[in-house]
Amino acid sequence: MIKKSFFGLLKPRLEYDIIDSKTTAPREITVSKTVQLLSNRIFDKKDSILIQVGDEVRTGQKLSLIKGEDDYVISPVSGAITSISPYTGNFGMLMTSIVISKNSKEETDGRFAEAAKSPSLQTTTDFLAHLPGFFPISLLSKQTPKIKTLVIHGMDTDLLVTTRQQIVKASAPAIKKGIQILKEISGIETFIIVVPETLFHEAVSTGATVKTIASNYPSASPYLILKNILGMELPAGDCFEKHGIAVVSAEAVASLGKAYQKQEIPTQKVLTVIDKTGTQKLVSVSIGTPLKDIFSALNIRAEDGDRIIIGGPMTGLSTYSEDHPVCPDTDAVIVQDRSMISCVSNNACINCGECVRICPAKIQVNMLVRFLEACLYDDAVDRYDLFSCIECGLCSYVCTAKIPVFQYIRLSKQELTGIQSTEAENV
Amino acid sequence: MFNQKKFIVSHAPFWHDGSSLSTKHYHIMLAATLAVIPGFVQYGGPAVAVVCFSIATAMIWEMIINKIAKQPVTIGDGNAALIGLLLAMMIPATTPWWAVLTGTFLAIVIGKQIFGGLGGNPFHPVVVSMAILSLSWKGIFDFNEALLPYDFNFTMAYPLASLKAFGPDSISSFSITDLLIGRQTGGIGSTCGIALLIGGLYLILRGFIRWEISFSFLAGAFVTAFLFTLFGEEGKYAGPLFHIFTGYTLIGAIYLATEDSSSPVNFIPMLLYGAGCGIMTILIRNIGAYVDGVVLAIFLMNLANPLIDKIRPKALGKVA
Repeated sequence: MIKKSFFGLLKPRLEYDIIDSKTTAPREITVSKTVQLLSNRIFDKKDSILIQVGDEVRTGQKLSLIKGEDDYVISPVSGAITSISPYTGNFGMLMTSIVISKNSKEETDGRFAEAAKSPSLQTTTDFLAHLPGFFPISLLSKQTPKIKTLVIHGMDTDLLVTTRQQIVKASAPAIKKGIQILKEISGIETFIIVVPETLFHEAVSTGATVKTIASNYPSASPYLILKNILGMELPAGDCFEKHGIAVVSAEAVASLGKAYQKQEIPTQKVLTVIDKTGTQKLVSVSIGTPLKDIFSALNIRAEDGDRIIIGGPMTGLSTYSEDHPVCPDTDAVIVQDRSMISCVSNNACINCGECVRICPAKIQVNMLVRFLEACLYDDAVDRYDLFSCIECGLCSYVCTAKIPVFQYIRLSKQELTGIQSTEAENV
Repeated sequence: MFNQKKFIVSHAPFWHDGSSLSTKHYHIMLAATLAVIPGFVQYGGPAVAVVCFSIATAMIWEMIINKIAKQPVTIGDGNAALIGLLLAMMIPATTPWWAVLTGTFLAIVIGKQIFGGLGGNPFHPVVVSMAILSLSWKGIFDFNEALLPYDFNFTMAYPLASLKAFGPDSISSFSITDLLIGRQTGGIGSTCGIALLIGGLYLILRGFIRWEISFSFLAGAFVTAFLFTLFGEEGKYAGPLFHIFTGYTLIGAIYLATEDSSSPVNFIPMLLYGAGCGIMTILIRNIGAYVDGVVLAIFLMNLANPLIDKIRPKALGKVA
């Protein structure tokens, strides 16, 4: 953990971990017994679902819950489905969990190989929505406005994590292939790859326009990339798609390239695992692997009172269980020792202004948090720029009163989305 | 399921820079103590008693209010003790115990707790307390009167009072060096300029107080006093350095104006606020009715703080 410097007059400087010239091959960890896949489809017993407990599945097989719906998962192993159940994710997000127990015999599903001979948007939409690195495939078929610019994010968005950089380093040819495919199948005109300076050469070889970014946190935030590199400030509250821009991870593009290159759906996710001493290890595991498999392979012991973080130390999510699976967008897993955990408090804001001075979005966090504590979400949006927040977590990190500012911000955004969607149903 | 390990689950970020309220307040107290020591040496036992009693009663008031309001006891964050210390630094060593007790009551209860405690106070609690005290009991907080029992080997007149009453000619016996090293009468911890400056520098470097406020306070006072000597009636106004090193100017600029809750957080507002305090101080001293203007100047700027702090940069992606 990086503490405040002795000369606190200076802003704390948080630097991303930038990989050196050595290529580190990720260590492969195999699934021990079962994998758990999470589908964004809400589980409803009344639905007639296409898959049943006991069904045999092959590696790379597409598992759709409902006929005719876009949502599906890809089985990373061969085996049998042992359970299909509702699952509540972060912020109460309702999902469906599919557990597959692994067979010793590996069988590959051939449907994608057949379809992949002629790359098309349809094939991509049909088979590649569950790629390691998470490619938002649905954006490609979006019509108004069409995605014109694709920003390939080759920099990790949180501290300590080096996953995406390693992918750019090791899989530049696959990214190149991915870009070619995307050029063919979608109307995307501009490809921009964003990398730290050390990966400039690899990035050039992908054929995309290369932009380098600084190593100080949070310059890799997509919002700041847009502002500092593309010279475009996203109006507060707007999403990237609205302006014809999509930001995807380098791993997603590399996976897309690999899929068509090898004519099989990649299911191996690369992630950075950070143990209690802060040592980073790069591993490659099947999507759906429970975290405990990774921990036992790396000899990491997570005990009562420790914290398991999926993602980086600033913006990750903590989980309550070692059984949590690796998801397509899981870039890192951190095990934090109980002695390293700093708790939040219920102190009132003392108005010291540390958050205001560090906020990269120039939000008046001291005022904002007062409105959020009082649940005045609309005022927070109108008067104190809630939607300008780029969710970097620096406000909570520097808070002298240890107020969970970032949590208040996420919660209020969540509440507002809930209110808006409920109101939309009324119409 | 029952044998499952119990992990700590919380929201990001999972790191913290290690700062805390108690660290902040204890460091400010530590730096302030540097200026209190010369006061102890000069005034001896009574000064020690006033400081100890002030800190103790401030903490007791805080605890009483916590208990009455059924709130968690907050004396651990060090703020009550800090308020007690700062109040003691501003009053004469001869202050009777009941006046100290009233002072800490005014600071903690009226100045801070009725607004909801730390962070809710619109004014610096010590400023509120000092304003009420000095208006209520003129004699006790008039340094010329209060420090009669003492006689040191320097001019025992309170510099600002002499200036007000007899003009700049009367202050020729005070050299700037004397004022800087604390050879002047005044509050227990507000006379030794050099100790206050070192403490302030330490706090600024460590990031516990904001340099913008202290700096602009002193700059505002300096420039205003200088303009008075330049354009004012000749021989009527004292020089800028005299104003900086006498009265509450330094303790005000370093410890009072910089209080978090009652001061702005944005860059330009901090400069305006600080400069406003400095300018008002000199205006009150030179053309106002009071001997020292620091307390009222800070009081006034505290009042203007919410308005000044509206000057803020445009947030990312803000439309119109």
